[in-house]
Amino acid sequence: MNHFQGQALSWELSNGVIELSLHRAPCNELGSLSLTELEKLSEALPTLESKAHALIVHSELQSGFCAGADLRELYTRSHEMEKSDAARGVRDFLQRIHAVFNRIDASPLTTIAAVHGVTFGGGFELALVCDLIIADKMARFCFPELRLGLIPGFGGIPRLKRDLGNAVVRDLLLTGRSFNATKAQQIGLVSQVVSEGEALRAARATAAQLGKFDRKTAIAAKQFIKPIPYEELRQEIDLFCRLFTEPAVEAGLKKFVESTDAQPYLP
Amino acid sequence: MPTADQTLDEILNLAASHFKVPRQKLSPDEDFFKALGIDSLQTLDLLTKLENHFHVELPDYELQGVTDFRTLAVKIQSRL
Repeated sequence: MNHFQGQALSWELSNGVIELSLHRAPCNELGSLSLTELEKLSEALPTLESKAHALIVHSELQSGFCAGADLRELYTRSHEMEKSDAARGVRDFLQRIHAVFNRIDASPLTTIAAVHGVTFGGGFELALVCDLIIADKMARFCFPELRLGLIPGFGGIPRLKRDLGNAVVRDLLLTGRSFNATKAQQIGLVSQVVSEGEALRAARATAAQLGKFDRKTAIAAKQFIKPIPYEELRQEIDLFCRLFTEPAVEAGLKKFVESTDAQPYLP
Repeated sequence: MPTADQTLDEILNLAASHFKVPRQKLSPDEDFFKALGIDSLQTLDLLTKLENHFHVELPDYELQGVTDFRTLAVKIQSRL
């Protein structure tokens, strides 16, 4: 399937480059709809990979790349269920999204996240799955999960640990502070910082360059330098699910969902 | 290093230009959420714009409870 048009995302294969576009308002919150459509991408990848050399992930929304997990859906659904069912539902959701993220992480394609604006929580984790992150100078990154009584659950910690020094990971995780693209480049997270609105153009130029390389060599290089931390990813799901049953989480989610504060995104 | 008044003036100019609000409608002690008509995501835009302009890093938790341009200027001035 070279083309897919969904409600939360779409993709198009052209000239050996797959462009995955996120377009679910307000800011591409990742919930059950996005997950179902991401799973369609995962199913289509074997066919797409035989015709492509690169995958670009970007957002069509001005608000940003992705604000993370759909906390309103998480709160509403977990309230409709018994606690044990809600915990099982969360584990099932995490396992499914990990399967998709791990699949993209391990893809033989060279993957590029072209980000702008809000790149928070699960959105940050989606970017971390990619081989390269190209950010426009208005991009902002954050792991705000601790204020909800949680940790990042979509593979963020193991992937940050893979890519950055532990002191930096501790700072980002334990303070929950957001930081801009310049800082992200300084710490080695972002490979290119470009002008406002130019991330997708820069990602396309990079993808075109990658197409000139021998595919077998590019695949071998990626496999050699980018291990997937499967065991830590499994441990992260376990820790997230254990924390999810604590009262602090319900209080944190309730506060976020019911907030009329002008700054609910500020940790 | 700019003076506190210069920093405040630059913030007002930047905010007016980025959010397309007439500069003369913004005053230092005004609630910037109301004056600019911005939500939480746009507040992050303002923060990024200010960090890029002044070449500072401003942890967002330091901005909790800050609603007027003058206090914002004090926070930025402390990082210059």
